[in-house]
Amino acid sequence: MGKNKTLKDYEQQIRECVKCGACQAHCPTYLENRREGSVARGKIALAAALLDKTGDLEKRLRQDISMCLMCGSCVDKCPNKVPTDQIVGAIRREITENRGLSLLGRGVSTVIGNKSLMKAAIKTGAVLSPLMLKEVPASSGLRLRFPTPVMKDRSLPKIPAENLFDLFPEFIQGDTNKPVVGFFAGCSISFIYPEIGASMIRLLQKMGYSVFLPRSQKCCGIPALSSGDGRLVEKLAEQNIKSFQEHDVQHIITCCASCNGGIKEYYSSMKDDNADFTGKVIDFNIFLAEQGFIDEIAELPKWQNRKKVTYHDPCHLKTQGIVKEPRALLRALPNVEFVEMDGASSCCGLGGTFSVYHYETSKAIGARKIAGLEASGAEMIATACPGCIMQLQDVVNHAGLKVKAVHILDLIAESVGITLPPE
Amino acid sequence: MIEKKIIKSLRDIVGKDSVYTENSDRITHSYDATQKSYLPDVVVYAKSAEQVSEIVKIANSHSIPILARGAGSGFTGGTLPVQGGIVLVLTQMNRILCIDTDNLIAVVEPGVVTSELQREVEKLGLFYPPDPASKDFCTLGGNVAECAGGPRCVKYGVTKDYILGLRVVTASGEIIRTGGRTLKNVVGYDLTKLFVGSEGTLGIVTEIVLKLLPKPEAKKTMLVQFETIDGAARAVADIVRAKIVPTTLEFLDAATIGCIRDISPVPLPDECKAVLIIEVDGDREVIEKQAARIMDIIQPLGILDTRIASTTEESEEIWDVRRKVSPSLRKVNPDKFNEDIVVPRSKIPEMISTLEGLSEKYGLPIVNFGHAGDGNIHVNVMVDLAEVGMQEKVDKVMEEIFHSAVALEGSISGEHGIGISKMDYLGMEVDNATVGYMRRIKSAFDPNNILNPGKIFQSTEP
Repeated sequence: MGKNKTLKDYEQQIRECVKCGACQAHCPTYLENRREGSVARGKIALAAALLDKTGDLEKRLRQDISMCLMCGSCVDKCPNKVPTDQIVGAIRREITENRGLSLLGRGVSTVIGNKSLMKAAIKTGAVLSPLMLKEVPASSGLRLRFPTPVMKDRSLPKIPAENLFDLFPEFIQGDTNKPVVGFFAGCSISFIYPEIGASMIRLLQKMGYSVFLPRSQKCCGIPALSSGDGRLVEKLAEQNIKSFQEHDVQHIITCCASCNGGIKEYYSSMKDDNADFTGKVIDFNIFLAEQGFIDEIAELPKWQNRKKVTYHDPCHLKTQGIVKEPRALLRALPNVEFVEMDGASSCCGLGGTFSVYHYETSKAIGARKIAGLEASGAEMIATACPGCIMQLQDVVNHAGLKVKAVHILDLIAESVGITLPPE
Repeated sequence: MIEKKIIKSLRDIVGKDSVYTENSDRITHSYDATQKSYLPDVVVYAKSAEQVSEIVKIANSHSIPILARGAGSGFTGGTLPVQGGIVLVLTQMNRILCIDTDNLIAVVEPGVVTSELQREVEKLGLFYPPDPASKDFCTLGGNVAECAGGPRCVKYGVTKDYILGLRVVTASGEIIRTGGRTLKNVVGYDLTKLFVGSEGTLGIVTEIVLKLLPKPEAKKTMLVQFETIDGAARAVADIVRAKIVPTTLEFLDAATIGCIRDISPVPLPDECKAVLIIEVDGDREVIEKQAARIMDIIQPLGILDTRIASTTEESEEIWDVRRKVSPSLRKVNPDKFNEDIVVPRSKIPEMISTLEGLSEKYGLPIVNFGHAGDGNIHVNVMVDLAEVGMQEKVDKVMEEIFHSAVALEGSISGEHGIGISKMDYLGMEVDNATVGYMRRIKSAFDPNNILNPGKIFQSTEP
């Protein structure tokens, strides 16, 4: 018995799809290719066919099922809230069980086991080659997200010499009358953007909290979920839940929207009761709003030279209804002049491992953001997910715009003077 | 099954990546919002009128059924391949070819989504009024095929009132043009009107010329709660009699209100037995006056509460009440039979009381809401089909509902069409001679009966 739900477990919800077609207005991949096999309704029809044994895991079904970012936009707007993202995850796990980890696992081992491919990977420089990932744990989602050097023209950040765990101890004592909060950093923040994590920790310190950053925390499991590796998801979930049991933490804070979608939303959907853990997980925007931080920072005198900043909604926050707080934060910041953009809530196109297999579609989905971004006149696009930052910067670079993708915490850090000194 | 060499010819026309024959492909193109399912033999995605023409020629020469599919969001089975054959998907023909601000027209391909066109023209201060509930995902090609309506129809009319011209691929694969780009055009037969609402049985539309209006300066939304359904029905009649034409006049009956009471953003107390959502649009001063007059007229009719939106957010909150309706109906019973009868506006009170009587007679919950302003009532018979003998019961009550609508000089479908869902009832409203005339038109246009066969008329023989 696994802890992940199986396709059969979703049967009732699958039957609740009334085929109205409303998902067509919200699915990023459908809006790009306008194919019924890409949209939630089509996938639910295929799921029903699998249950009824009128369909099987043939090639086209596998292709259609791979055409999903698991962003949850369709679920959000579905009149019956059919959880297509989770159902797609369940089908991908069935595919893995039936055919092995053909989709991703093979790609990874091919590169790692092939010297000339490895050399090519290193030569292309900016690419996160497996070799460059040698310091990253084997179970990290980064390996699944960027397993091969084939995405030659993707702009990616450099991996810094020191990761988040090199910069901070496991436990940082704060005011004794303030509670302990846990910090779930996630792979991207731990290894690619440690400065975002550093800003979060320093801000928490400044607010007087003790911070628990367990060394044993692992990848949230979203990339494994996306690639259909059910067993890995279960292992990671078990370990992460265990890691945060070592201290009596009041909250487990995330500042990666995908990680929040993983350790809060997905773990809640698993078969065993993880409510003790998932109930504590909180996105930093909500945490800061609840602490009165937004009101506090709004009191600060506005800077002379403020940056014009717009906001991109990460899917994993948008679908939880977390849309007001990040904007309120940006509006309150003294160093920011906030402007709204058209299409702020449309997906960036990264989607777990989606961009590995469908880089062209992924790029095209991201490119849909450009018109709105350009019209807003913003010089920065802030968001609350490192995955989105990576993808948005790539999309912006391809469009030849001079816009920088940043995390809200980068701007907060600047405003309250807790930015890391340059290396 | 379609022969391999025909599949090959289709691939030669659109490329091999646009022809789909796998089991999965057939499954994902087998259904629409009726939730019924019929497998096509092959699915083809076309990108131009010329491709459509070549494909139809092949279908015609081999007598293979062919039907066009847009968003597949219809409620009467217009895009169901009931006789198999080719499903021709037009969603990728989704370019807005031109928005002409001098002549107030737009030219579009059939795969353009209705609200996408609306967004684009509104950026230029223009307005495309037809607004079916599915406007965020339905396509204009589908709107033309079914002659879609929507709440704004009270003031602005339905799809056919905005179609100036069409480019159509006929059953023989010829590409013809109907109408033109001008408001006036009386050259030859008005084929445009004939194609609009013909449910894909006479030709496949590949280009649409639409009439646009200037965008109204402002709008005002009101939500009025009534003590009785009769009060609400009289309010509709009195507003119309006072020569005021609101943009929309939506009503919700007591059963509907019961479904949304817990989740409505506007509190709806138990005493509230009917709700009217009234919206007026136009110049700012004019709509203020109109709103005030409407309030004066309906004041004596047993009003519990009135809410007038003064901001866009407040207006959205009122519309949210309406939007909560459809998804909430399943609380009553799992299976929904949704019909869109229409009666002359003045007959609404009579129709509503008939529906209440039928609900009691059959012991079935009937939830009614819809476009009171144009007499179009969405009747939802909510049942659990798992109960023995329920389908027969539903069939009986449906027949009585349609009979009552026709007896009141109304119609069995206001905006969903006939398709397969209402085929059995066509004769109830349209006499034999008229049906015969329609059939002769069909056989003249499509002698091999390849275009969306098995729809509208009961027998497959034209």
